[in-house]
Amino acid sequence: MHNTLLYLRQHWQLYVIFLLPALALTLIFKYIPMGGIMIAFQRYNPIRGIMGSEWVGFKYFERFLTSPDFMTYLVNTLKLSIYGLLWGFPVPIILAFLLNRIQSTGIKKKIQLVLYMPNFVSVIVLCGIVRIFLSVTGPVNLLFGSQINFMTMPEAFRTIYIASGIWQGAGWASIMYTASLSNASQELKEAAVIDGANIFQQIKAVEWPAIKDMVIIQFILQAGNIMSIGFEKAYALQTDLNMGTSEIIATYVYKKGLIDGDYSFSTAVGLFNTVINVILLVAVNKIVAKMNDGKGL
Amino acid sequence: MNKKKKFARYSAEDKALLLVGYILLGLFVIAIVIPMLYIVVASFMDPVTLQNKGITFDFSKWTLTAYERVISNKQIWVGFKNAVVYSIVFTVVSVFITLLAAYPMSRADFKGKGIFNTIFVITMFFGGGLIPTYLLINNLGLLDSMWAIILPGAFSVWNMIIARTYYQGIPTELREAADVDGANEMVYFFKILIPVCTPVIAVLALWQFVGMWNSYFDAMIYLNDSAKQPLQLVLRSILIQNQPESGMISDMQSTAARAQLAELLKYATIIISSLPLLVMYPFFQKYFDSGIMAGSIKG
Repeated sequence: MHNTLLYLRQHWQLYVIFLLPALALTLIFKYIPMGGIMIAFQRYNPIRGIMGSEWVGFKYFERFLTSPDFMTYLVNTLKLSIYGLLWGFPVPIILAFLLNRIQSTGIKKKIQLVLYMPNFVSVIVLCGIVRIFLSVTGPVNLLFGSQINFMTMPEAFRTIYIASGIWQGAGWASIMYTASLSNASQELKEAAVIDGANIFQQIKAVEWPAIKDMVIIQFILQAGNIMSIGFEKAYALQTDLNMGTSEIIATYVYKKGLIDGDYSFSTAVGLFNTVINVILLVAVNKIVAKMNDGKGL
Repeated sequence: MNKKKKFARYSAEDKALLLVGYILLGLFVIAIVIPMLYIVVASFMDPVTLQNKGITFDFSKWTLTAYERVISNKQIWVGFKNAVVYSIVFTVVSVFITLLAAYPMSRADFKGKGIFNTIFVITMFFGGGLIPTYLLINNLGLLDSMWAIILPGAFSVWNMIIARTYYQGIPTELREAADVDGANEMVYFFKILIPVCTPVIAVLALWQFVGMWNSYFDAMIYLNDSAKQPLQLVLRSILIQNQPESGMISDMQSTAARAQLAELLKYATIIISSLPLLVMYPFFQKYFDSGIMAGSIKG
């Protein structure tokens, strides 16, 4: 006890100056809203507040789970993110392997400069570009002499969403892999080459081990976020006509909550989403840990 | 080691494989460059020609109309100014708080580290969600205040982990030398630690700046006053909602002419709004590898 007090007296700066601002922001802006989740179990009345509103148990969860739209939104969310993960996850890794094979650092840097560029374009601008290019009078239709309005086709939405995501993010995501690969032992690679290893053998023996941990961590994190795919892009690519595939849980939460003012219901839907997310994260982490000799996140 | 010799070690199959790989990489690069070039060129085109024929290199059909109209629009500049202010304030506040917090968390002898770590990490995976956060901001009286979009995200756990890992890579001799000189925590942090951390600070600052510059959701829900809206919201009405700012096209005679000019304005708007970041980021490129590697491997 005495020791702890002494320590605190000597090191008070670490707590008060260094940690307090971050701690205060976290408690106010993260933990208070967590407490606010209670309104999902209430018929929340803004005038009466959390303390005065009536408790209704799982009513709003039942309403969501039994509504005819529930399956649509759940499936839309899952398909968009699972397909997005399956298509998008390998691309940065492949890009990194290819970049790593380029001998000239000058050329490599120039290519990277281009690959990273779309990352600095905003979601709004990206979606603006997509809408312009795919509109009836846009360059894509002009090029093929066709008159297809892609933005109004529900069956095109996922492809548009995922492809534009890869266009924007794959180059930037390859940074981490490229950096890990540059740390791969050069001697080991030389030795493998001298032993007559072909490219696949080199990748297997030298390059893959250098990025394996990174790949696993990235996979766990992304798989755990399957339910929380971006609101921003889905909302900006939505049109009245592609809603059948573009309405996901996040956009639904926004519309129900902030446009319709249905606070409790929206919070319940959001909480449902978060809980699934946490379960997925834990599950994926367990599965990966099992396959990876006990090493998870 | 010269390049020729190295390349000669590839077998014929390897070379074929590499060729396919480089073609793929080249296609990816082209897929990025072509749309961007198209937008640049299209922004200079005469609207009627653009709609009927696409871009041409007949320079008599080129015009600066779109730029004149975008640049003379007041709302664009209001949005621009707001975006600059929000992004700079956000970057300074958030990087400062994050760097501070990472310091005790990087020290092996810091008491209570485990508890604080748990408190922080939980927020990476679990949160209150949209409505409870909105109600909090509302109750705090922050609606229509720039702090509504700055404070909630000002402390980033992920960035804290990156900064912490970077600090841990700095030789402990530095700390010991400072101790011998009798430097307290503040002096050590500001005079010794921070100056050797420029790569990670540069990367975090760039991330935060780009993140704030490009985001629109928080501004959309918290800032209704049009004088406070950042650029992305102005862009949203032009690019996504097809509502060019009033005054940009209202003087045109026919509906068709207005629609054509509205399309053209989109291209110029895209260029003007994206240019600052695209010009800025190559200067940060040299920091990317070291800064990003610092935090990404060890969680």
